[in-house]
Amino acid sequence: MPKTLFEKIWDAHLVRDAAGEPALVYIDLHLVHEVTSPQAFEALRLTGRTVRRPDLTVATMDHNVPTWDRSLPTTDEVAQQQMDTLSKNCAEFGIPLYDLNSDKQGIVHVIGPELGLTQPGMTIVCGDSHTSTHGAFGALAFGIGTSEVEHVLATQCLSQARPKTMEVRVDGQLPDGVTAKDIILSVIGRLGTAGGTGYVVEYTGEAIRNLSMEGRMTVCNMSIEWGARAGMVAPDDKTFAYLEGRSHAPQGKAFERAVEHWRSLATDPGAKYDRAELFHANDLVPVVTWGTNPGQVVPITGRIPDPKDFKDDADRRSAERALEYMGLQPGTPVQEIPIERVFLGSCTNARIEDLRAAAEIVRGKQVSRNVYAMVVPGSMLVKLQAEQEGLDKVFKSAGFDWREAGCSMCLGMNPDILKPGERCASTSNRNFEGRQGKGGRTHLVSPQMAAAAAIAGHFVDVRTWDRKN
Amino acid sequence: MQSYTKVTGTVGPLDRVNVDTDQIIPKQFLKRIERTGFGPFAFFDWRYREDGTPNPEFELNRPGYEGATILVAGRNFGCGSSREHAPWALEDMGFRTIIAPSFADIFYNNCFQNGMLPIVLPEETVNEILNRAKERPGYQLTVDLEEQTVSDEEGVVAHFDVDEFRKHCLLNGLDNVGLTLQHQEDIDAFERRRSPLLPNAKQPAASTQKEPVHAR
Ligand code: SF4
Repeated sequence: MPKTLFEKIWDAHLVRDAAGEPALVYIDLHLVHEVTSPQAFEALRLTGRTVRRPDLTVATMDHNVPTWDRSLPTTDEVAQQQMDTLSKNCAEFGIPLYDLNSDKQGIVHVIGPELGLTQPGMTIVCGDSHTSTHGAFGALAFGIGTSEVEHVLATQCLSQARPKTMEVRVDGQLPDGVTAKDIILSVIGRLGTAGGTGYVVEYTGEAIRNLSMEGRMTVCNMSIEWGARAGMVAPDDKTFAYLEGRSHAPQGKAFERAVEHWRSLATDPGAKYDRAELFHANDLVPVVTWGTNPGQVVPITGRIPDPKDFKDDADRRSAERALEYMGLQPGTPVQEIPIERVFLGSCTNARIEDLRAAAEIVRGKQVSRNVYAMVVPGSMLVKLQAEQEGLDKVFKSAGFDWREAGCSMCLGMNPDILKPGERCASTSNRNFEGRQGKGGRTHLVSPQMAAAAAIAGHFVDVRTWDRKN
Repeated sequence: MQSYTKVTGTVGPLDRVNVDTDQIIPKQFLKRIERTGFGPFAFFDWRYREDGTPNPEFELNRPGYEGATILVAGRNFGCGSSREHAPWALEDMGFRTIIAPSFADIFYNNCFQNGMLPIVLPEETVNEILNRAKERPGYQLTVDLEEQTVSDEEGVVAHFDVDEFRKHCLLNGLDNVGLTLQHQEDIDAFERRRSPLLPNAKQPAASTQKEPVHAR
């Protein structure tokens, strides 16, 4: 019987599949970070258990690390304690760790692919909902809670009910100025923040094929924002080219054998998904979120919606609450919304390609007087690469702050936060109330849109914005 | 793990949709390395005023809902971040039962891992419960996991579905890791047939090798 990409990976990882019980699935790679792991390690100690496969486990520090000069001490003692705890745990259980002194440290979902640890056909988990990012390589990757982190540490398996499958096909070609971020925000806008609940989604179609690996990661990254268990893209030549030569990818003859296997993973012709959705790339436009969930999106050419126009009672009240929180009036043209902060960062959009695209926009220009803008590269390797290309100079001379790698203002666990009422154009993935700082107002956009907004001081349409301005 | 059988308690109505885990437990409290003690910080930004006193506007702070143990909320409850600190905080605040029209996957799963019961009921039923709880602060429900019913003093309000295996684990307070470790042989057997091509995090060259520059 023809199988989908998901089914092939799922079936190949079943350790046990007994009737009346959830399946026991083997995990090929377990990524660990400082925030969701301390209680799991503590539980292992309390029960006298150990880490079954430290060699399939990798840790990094990203969520609460400072992004300023690393030679300075951390000022947050509690954060420091959490990082020290991770170091201790990794040393005790023999888990490789990319800590603050490592030149390969970075956001867990940026470094996995970068080091070649993320490969097609694998099962990958992490105590972090954006683990779906790794699905861009044709892996089955999803976020788990801390109890499950403990479960995987102890058993290298996870008990899971088999999810349903969905195909999201994006046909046609993306117009200039429209990005992977706009694809995924448009998907969430149409299908809703719970539209994918219970499904593993495979993104297919010409527009997805045409995306770079970075673009595919952006799309898969935000799968969780519409509730999907995981997002994935079938591996192809772009995937293999990205992986070739990376330190954890197979080398030489082994690489060729691996590619042969990876090619066989794509969904077979005639395989059935439980549900299918179709989008046309040609119709997509740059979008901006206006509310407090990632499904509340509007085209850059649009206006802030009026809650009165929402048919569903709960949606209307949620829109009213969102507008109040965001300090916005219905009917306001999006391009007239002034911003005070710009954040170029996060596991959604802080890879080298994102920084290149944003740098192209700011080159030779100045950040608006009213805006404080910062770039936080996704990893130290991305930072290094950008510096070798001179992008740091482009950003700095335009007035951007250039930081060390980490999650930073994506969730504001470190000192990088919005002040109450501050409005931010952000390339991250969540515009929840208080996510970037209590009372902070987040608008999610692509790196290009964020860069242009930094210069203009308000949102602009990158498709028509006069770049010589 | 603590078993869950039958619970009677006051309903705490939280009539909002898409309540995300950032709201349930804001990030500034995620730096703790313990599993307990998150209760006082649950719903922090909604629950307290600037000066740290309780916000009287917040639904659960209103009179009559003190000591509520059954949280009832709008659809897509627990969306967003996978942080298990969210169910820990709710449990620590007193809620072992949460009723909503739908839940986000990871949160739903995390509840069972902590001996908590998330119950999915049709939106109309949830709205009905919310209305009763809002009109009659102190309104009580009884949740019977064995029978899979939610009832009040007038009788059964609804039946709910729950996965048989999860029900079994919850009723008996079974520890998931312990259950899986019983299948050690299956895991050993699987590992013997795993492909040797799969990556190993411990590759010796890892810290020295340069990653290839990704061409423009
Ligand atoms: S960058 Fe943001 S979304 Fe990504 S892992 Fe860090 S906190 Fe989570």
